[in-house]
Amino acid sequence: MWRDSLLVAGKDLRIEARSRVGLSQVAPFGVVALVLFAFALGPDRVLMAKGAPGLFWVAVLFCTVLAVQRSVSVESVDGARDGLRLSGLDPAGLFLGKAAAVAAQLIVLEAVLGVGVVLLYGAKIEVPWLIVASCVLGTVGLAATGTLYGALSAGLRVRETLLPFLFLPIAAPVLLAGTRVWQAGLAGGTESYGSPWLRLLVVFDAIYVAVGIVVFGPIQESA
Amino acid sequence: MSSNQTVSTPPAPSDIPPAPSDTRPAQSLRPPAQSARARWTTRIIGITALVATGFTVWLGLWVTPPDVTQGNLVRLVYIHPGVAWVALYLAFGLAAVSSLLYLWPRTRSLFWDRLAAASVEVGVVFNVCTLISGSIWGKPTWGVWWAWDARLTSTAVLLVLFLGYLALRRVPAEPEVRAKRSAFVALFAAVDIPIVHFSVLWWKTLHQGATVLNANLSPTIHGSMAWTLLLGFVALTLVFVWMLLVRYRIGVLEDWLGTGELDVALRERQAEGAAIDEDEAA
Repeated sequence: MWRDSLLVAGKDLRIEARSRVGLSQVAPFGVVALVLFAFALGPDRVLMAKGAPGLFWVAVLFCTVLAVQRSVSVESVDGARDGLRLSGLDPAGLFLGKAAAVAAQLIVLEAVLGVGVVLLYGAKIEVPWLIVASCVLGTVGLAATGTLYGALSAGLRVRETLLPFLFLPIAAPVLLAGTRVWQAGLAGGTESYGSPWLRLLVVFDAIYVAVGIVVFGPIQESA
Repeated sequence: MSSNQTVSTPPAPSDIPPAPSDTRPAQSLRPPAQSARARWTTRIIGITALVATGFTVWLGLWVTPPDVTQGNLVRLVYIHPGVAWVALYLAFGLAAVSSLLYLWPRTRSLFWDRLAAASVEVGVVFNVCTLISGSIWGKPTWGVWWAWDARLTSTAVLLVLFLGYLALRRVPAEPEVRAKRSAFVALFAAVDIPIVHFSVLWWKTLHQGATVLNANLSPTIHGSMAWTLLLGFVALTLVFVWMLLVRYRIGVLEDWLGTGELDVALRERQAEGAAIDEDEAA
């Protein structure tokens, strides 16, 4: 399972490294979203710094949709999905690999957006470990749920419109918890306030990674 | 894919002459029969639901007294918790269980799929009613139509999740494929709801605690109000069951129509072919 997942993650990341869709489209989209949020809130830097945690995570959520769409669409041409199924790779490994590739891209993206939030909104990071922990845990949850829904919507012609509708409400707890942890980790927050939310993220990750490992095979059969 | 292969639109079923070459019994042109017992069960439950709802309205609006602190506003309590019970526990619980039973290989049957679909659809209606009745109560009591409290928020998220389920069901697919896909989505949503609930529970909670199902299970209201509240639960549960049965039957008919239409189109083509043969012969 682990070897298979490394193979699949390596394949997806190689495709990304060669096509640079994430770097040239998804990351700039995230930055555009940050700029648009700033326009929506007006030039008040105090307000922007206050809203920074939520805006960061909303931007991450939107970018996750794009990254998952991309992760699905690389399999949708040339019968790649059937090829993967024929390859004899363990479905659980396939799930972990696809999710890991999405997660790796999201981590890079979050670094870009994090710098954007600090520079554009004037957010001051007081407790770096909280910020990093929330990003890592949130990313695992988003990648796992995103990959699951991506696989479910893989064969659908209405994939582009249906995926955000199905995925974003499911990811609501990540947005909630991630935002709270960021509030705790930025200037003016209380450090101890973050830990229950980190636990919530751990529970969310554990549940959906486990669900994904169990059901990814059956889902692929139905797509 | 098969719909793309039919070039012309078929005429209404009544216009189609029976194909002379087709000697099969026209079984699939008639809707699948419903047993007399099923028909009567549905009817009796429907009538009971109507009577119980009527009694609840009468008791709730005329017989019971207004509340000491809330005045006439308390009368919403006869509807709102009942609707919420149906929407949040009964309908979506049933949908989750039947989705699970569909996915379980030993109990896999389209029966569970249709039951889940009917349950979600009726549940969505009740969910919307929960939010509306809650808003009507919230405006005079809390001063706002909407409060970001734990239960309100998780109810709203639940609604969005199951609207997604219904959207997915509308995507054309083979019944088995659709059933499997929908069952997965229902299960993911069911897993998410406790997480959503606990995460929003840590916000400041405005909603009052559970009145009937509190920790020691002793109702904190008494007399005619308690009985009306209880009757409201029964009435709304009956309404739910009746709507579920009717919706299930509609689901059966829809599936029949899906296959029946193809059959009608086939017969029409065969009739055309026969007519051309006759022309050539003449």
